[in-house]
Amino acid sequence: MAREKSSKDNAQALFHSLRSAYAATPVNLKIIDLYVGFAVFTALIQVVYMASVGSFPFNSFLSGVLSCVGTAVLAVCLRIQVNKENKEFKDLPPERAFADFVLCNLVLHLVIMNFLG
Amino acid sequence: MPANLHIEMARSLVGFLLLLHFLSTSEADSFFQPISDSHRSAALELFSPDHGSFKSLEETYEALRTFDVLGIEKKPNVTATACRLILEAVASSSSIPNDLFYALKANSIAKCKIKDKAFQGIIKRLKAVVNGASSLLDFYYSVGGLVLIKSSKADVHLANADGVFRSVKALSQSDGRWRYSSNNPESSAFAAGIALETLAGVVSLASSELDQSLISTLSLDNDISKLFDSIEKYDDGTLYFDDKLVDGHDHQGPLATTSSVVRGLTAFAAVSDGSLNLPGNKILELANFFLGMGVPGDAKDLFNQIDSLAFLESNRVSTPLILSLPSTVLSLTKKDALQVKVNTVFGSNAPPLSVMLVGAFTSDSKDASLVQSQELVFDAGTGLHNLNNLPKSIDVGSYTFVFEIVLHKPEDEKVYVTGGQKKVPIFVSGLIKIENAEIAILDSDLGSIETQKKLDLAGKSAVSLSANHLQKLRVSFKLTTPHGLAFKPHQALLKLRHESKVEHIFVVGNFGEQFEIVLNFLGLVEKFFYLSGRYDIELTVGDVVMENSLLRAIGHIELDLPEPPEKAPRPPPQPVDPYSRYGPKAEITHIFRAPEKRPKEELSFAFLGLTFLPLLGFLIGLSRVGVNLKNFPTNTVPATFAILFHVGIGAVLLLYVFFWLKLDLFHTLKLVGFMGVFLVLVGHTLLSYLAATSAKLKSA
Repeated sequence: MAREKSSKDNAQALFHSLRSAYAATPVNLKIIDLYVGFAVFTALIQVVYMASVGSFPFNSFLSGVLSCVGTAVLAVCLRIQVNKENKEFKDLPPERAFADFVLCNLVLHLVIMNFLG
Repeated sequence: MPANLHIEMARSLVGFLLLLHFLSTSEADSFFQPISDSHRSAALELFSPDHGSFKSLEETYEALRTFDVLGIEKKPNVTATACRLILEAVASSSSIPNDLFYALKANSIAKCKIKDKAFQGIIKRLKAVVNGASSLLDFYYSVGGLVLIKSSKADVHLANADGVFRSVKALSQSDGRWRYSSNNPESSAFAAGIALETLAGVVSLASSELDQSLISTLSLDNDISKLFDSIEKYDDGTLYFDDKLVDGHDHQGPLATTSSVVRGLTAFAAVSDGSLNLPGNKILELANFFLGMGVPGDAKDLFNQIDSLAFLESNRVSTPLILSLPSTVLSLTKKDALQVKVNTVFGSNAPPLSVMLVGAFTSDSKDASLVQSQELVFDAGTGLHNLNNLPKSIDVGSYTFVFEIVLHKPEDEKVYVTGGQKKVPIFVSGLIKIENAEIAILDSDLGSIETQKKLDLAGKSAVSLSANHLQKLRVSFKLTTPHGLAFKPHQALLKLRHESKVEHIFVVGNFGEQFEIVLNFLGLVEKFFYLSGRYDIELTVGDVVMENSLLRAIGHIELDLPEPPEKAPRPPPQPVDPYSRYGPKAEITHIFRAPEKRPKEELSFAFLGLTFLPLLGFLIGLSRVGVNLKNFPTNTVPATFAILFHVGIGAVLLLYVFFWLKLDLFHTLKLVGFMGVFLVLVGHTLLSYLAATSAKLKSA
């Protein structure tokens, strides 16, 4: 009983600490996180749809899912490069990272649109 | 020509002729019809002037000569046209010897009025050509022209006849042929004919004491006999001359070559007074060659045929007599009589003679004649020799009758040549009696008759039978000729045809006059491919001399054969009806892949809506987080760049939408390339400005 209570308490304490730590992240990183979440959720919905109706135009399914996943990956890359606490990318200006993100997204979406059919 | 010379010449020939007469066993297997009205109508058709004028003087001459020989009355416009052409050629001072020659030839028939002065001019010109000539054709035309003028004017002489004669003779070859000129090595019999005509012309133009010595010293008869050595023969015995030249542009063909030789020989015989030996039998066979071509379809061929025959008929040596039959098929039913006609080549009457039927032979009786030698009765009214009642030994069949012409007057033997015995194939036809025709079904082992029916082959009745594979079918009949003898026709066939169009044919064998065939179905089961059912029966009895040949469906038989075992031969595929092969074929139903099952539209739209939910969530989250546009540049230039940057990204995304909807990859790539360059430039400027601004803030 005490252990259950303590594990539940521990979980709650962990959750709260995570939440307060997260509140400290800069706004631009939070925007990027939101974007990644949005992309992943969209991908999930598409997978659920495919699971329910079948994968007939498989190329369309793939292009949809991969566009979400691809843009999420690029966003994660952007987050890594823009994060000030990341010592590895200290000398890289964030504008440059953003320019890379935009261009890579455009190329990704060109390929996706071609594959969409 | 004086009579004594004629007899002298004839005497020298009589011995030769008689010798040939006795020695020659005539190999002629066919007979030839003399010139008839069909030749006359062909001549009128072929030689009609084109738009009122002939194409050339040569054609004019050919037309006039053909009409003259055939005795066709010349229409006035033909003569007028001919005269016009002739006078034109004679008057013109630039006419070549060729034209003058043919003009004079045509004039000898048309007899147009030509002035004496014109004649003198021509004589002078032709003499000049003779003296300066080197080729055979130059000699031919000039000498020939002078001879024609001499025949109408009678005062033309050739000064250097000896020299001209030798020049022409020099062009001869050792094989009897002649060359056209000394530089041309090709020789031909056609040229030999031309040369002989020329030589004959030279002899007639020379003064009389020269001519005989010329001929004898130069041994021209040697040349002529060599020429005759090259004569060729067809299987039916006719003789002709032909040149085998390697390059064909000068090749004249047997008709033209033989005509040329005949013209040359007869012209030479006319002037040589007996020193020339032209064998009479060869004349007959040459005449047969010309008669054997019927009515030629070409004007020049017709001219050659008629011209040569005219020379052969009126030549000094012998006139051929042609034996012909109006009909070679005699019907016993109609009691046809055997009729024979003897004429000269142009169909004019022969001297008094009789026709003997020496013998009649069939393919079986090679040497033994079936009839006695007898004379045919001459009917002066029709000009035919008849044998009214065929001997009883001549029954239905094909025979070879042998005829012989016997001249009544002995002196005619020197003038006419008859060609000895003549073999003519004759068909004697008649009605064949078919009797006792019957069809029967027999039991196989015992041979006892199960069904027997009489066949009425003359009528239309059909019998209906049935049999199984253990029985036999027998068809029998008797054939007799009108004289009561046994007759074996060429075809005696029985055909059975199944309903599926499979046919079987059998030959009906015979013992003498009894014909019988027995089909043992037990042995034929495999040949019939085990096909049971209805078979139509057809009987064929036929022969060329049978006037009542028959091909008749006599009925049908229901045949019951056992089941085919495995591996039995299948019947051959029957020919497909040709119309159905090219007709429309069966409709083809294509099998397509079944289309995939698509989900309901509502479900798809529901999920489409669901897809926008995360976007909404993102936007709400953005507002919660505190997104702002504070860093948007305020100065004009960077602001424009910022706007352009965002517009550029939007344009690219719009382009992607169009790409999905309508465009293809090439267009899209091209446009993306342009926009990308633009974006890079704008973006770089904007972002470097932003970076500079934030660096300034950081340092400050």
